[in-house]
Amino acid sequence: MGDAHAYRVIMASRLRSQLAYPTSFAFDVVNQLVYGLIEFIELYAVFHNVDSLAGLGWSQALLVMALSRLAFQTGDLFVGHLDQMPAYLRQGTLETFLIRPLPVLAQVITSDISLRRVSRIVLFGGFTALALARLELTWTPAAVVLLLAALLGGSLITAAMFITAGTAQFWLIEGGEAANAFTYGGAYVAQFPAGVLPVGVRVFYTAVLPVTFIGYLPTVTLLGLADPLVPSWFGWLTLPVGLTFLTLSLAAWQFGVRHYQGGGG
Amino acid sequence: MGGAVGQVRQPTALRAFAVLFSAGFRRYATYRRATLAGAFTNTVFGYVRAAVLTTAITGATVGAAVSATATGGGSSAGSGTVAGYTAGQAVTYAWISQGLIASVMLFAWNELALRVRTGDIAVDLARPVDLQWSWLAGDLGRATYLLLPRGGPPVLVGALTTGLLLPHTAWPYLLGGLSTVLAVVVSFAGRFLVNLAAFWLTEVRGLVGAYAGIGAIFGGLLIPLSWFPDWLRVIAWSTPFPAMLQVPVDVLTARVDGATAVRLVVVQLLWATTMLAAGRVMLRLATRKLVVQGG
Repeated sequence: MGDAHAYRVIMASRLRSQLAYPTSFAFDVVNQLVYGLIEFIELYAVFHNVDSLAGLGWSQALLVMALSRLAFQTGDLFVGHLDQMPAYLRQGTLETFLIRPLPVLAQVITSDISLRRVSRIVLFGGFTALALARLELTWTPAAVVLLLAALLGGSLITAAMFITAGTAQFWLIEGGEAANAFTYGGAYVAQFPAGVLPVGVRVFYTAVLPVTFIGYLPTVTLLGLADPLVPSWFGWLTLPVGLTFLTLSLAAWQFGVRHYQGGGG
Repeated sequence: MGGAVGQVRQPTALRAFAVLFSAGFRRYATYRRATLAGAFTNTVFGYVRAAVLTTAITGATVGAAVSATATGGGSSAGSGTVAGYTAGQAVTYAWISQGLIASVMLFAWNELALRVRTGDIAVDLARPVDLQWSWLAGDLGRATYLLLPRGGPPVLVGALTTGLLLPHTAWPYLLGGLSTVLAVVVSFAGRFLVNLAAFWLTEVRGLVGAYAGIGAIFGGLLIPLSWFPDWLRVIAWSTPFPAMLQVPVDVLTARVDGATAVRLVVVQLLWATTMLAAGRVMLRLATRKLVVQGG
């Protein structure tokens, strides 16, 4: 298809441009690694003082954090820049996308794939490997499938969160930064054992904004942990939940684009 | 004109400070909904942090901390304390730090660097008011405006959901107020230094971001510094970041008092003066390098 070629050209030019200034790129990579490390330090500092957090030990909690962040960063790589939607709408960037003969969302996604974000994916991949090595679990085919399904499903949930938040901007315009409370706030919730939350709040972050499916629930299933509130097979639902949430968010996005009246340019 | 200029300079600088302070204040006052959105995000993060710390300390969820706080969270002895924090003190820390974060500005800030990149800095340098002085005035105006609309909601939600353990005497608030002002000045001095790097680098986004990230962890935003292992705590306290958040929160909530509190505020003052001075030196080096194109 000609479309595929167009995306390849767009992507290649975007990727090349990021490497044009090597010093700046190096600082960007350091920046990404710093943010990865401080999340590790935060959890490490908690476990420096206590042996368990909501029933999970250090390696188990580390797996929740690493797995959720790995999935989040992967989703973020593709759609994270949708958090720039308020700027796209204000500056009329979206109009430029609208007049081109390619789907708007696909254009937004390919417009800013950031190579620097790959460094954080690598870092959290390392933390995931560290946690898994410390846990010494028996590698069955089911465990491998569960882990991969969790990563894919978690990335889809993340993507759906950003697309939903981006869609909300069509109506919010100003004050759209409130969406950060759901995207980045949701990612923050996802990196801790869900048991830290009171039941009501936990239901919200499972049934409405399904972030406990990203790291915590797959970990419970993988390690065979007991959680008083959910059956142990719930971790298998991450991928179906991700697919459902993504489908809903795409429908909402389509609705938003169709009803968008323009930025007045 | 000699002597006369020397005599009028002092009141002029002060008046310029007042005008720029009020301009910084009013500039942020125009973004009402953005401020509200930011306060909402701060509140969500405050809640999650309060929940994590509470569970770590008591083994129970944050909902249970309400009763723990109400029935005598003040007693710090026994098993309900981690790294010097009871559950009640930890949630208070989480909420107050979220309340101060916008004013203290521990986030990535690159406004000055953008002016360097576009060349607008040349206009700023040509003005009769000192560059650092005028940006400091504007930043203090910004911080003053943001204190209530950005700080109020998380603190209020904290008081309603988990309860707060706040001192009942005036002294911690007075000294804490001074400490907060100094925290903004130290934070500004640091951001000023980092932004000046734009004179040497084309793009400072990564540098500014990494600086803010290190500030978030060493300033005590993510977790109180006393929770760190010793070696990491030593590193954190040898940076200026604790003076930007951990210190004002500790003084305001009376976690430190008496001579210790005064000593911490004096250390803040030292950081502020040293870093402002370093900023002036760096600005001099930078302007020597500045070449304004066209004209």
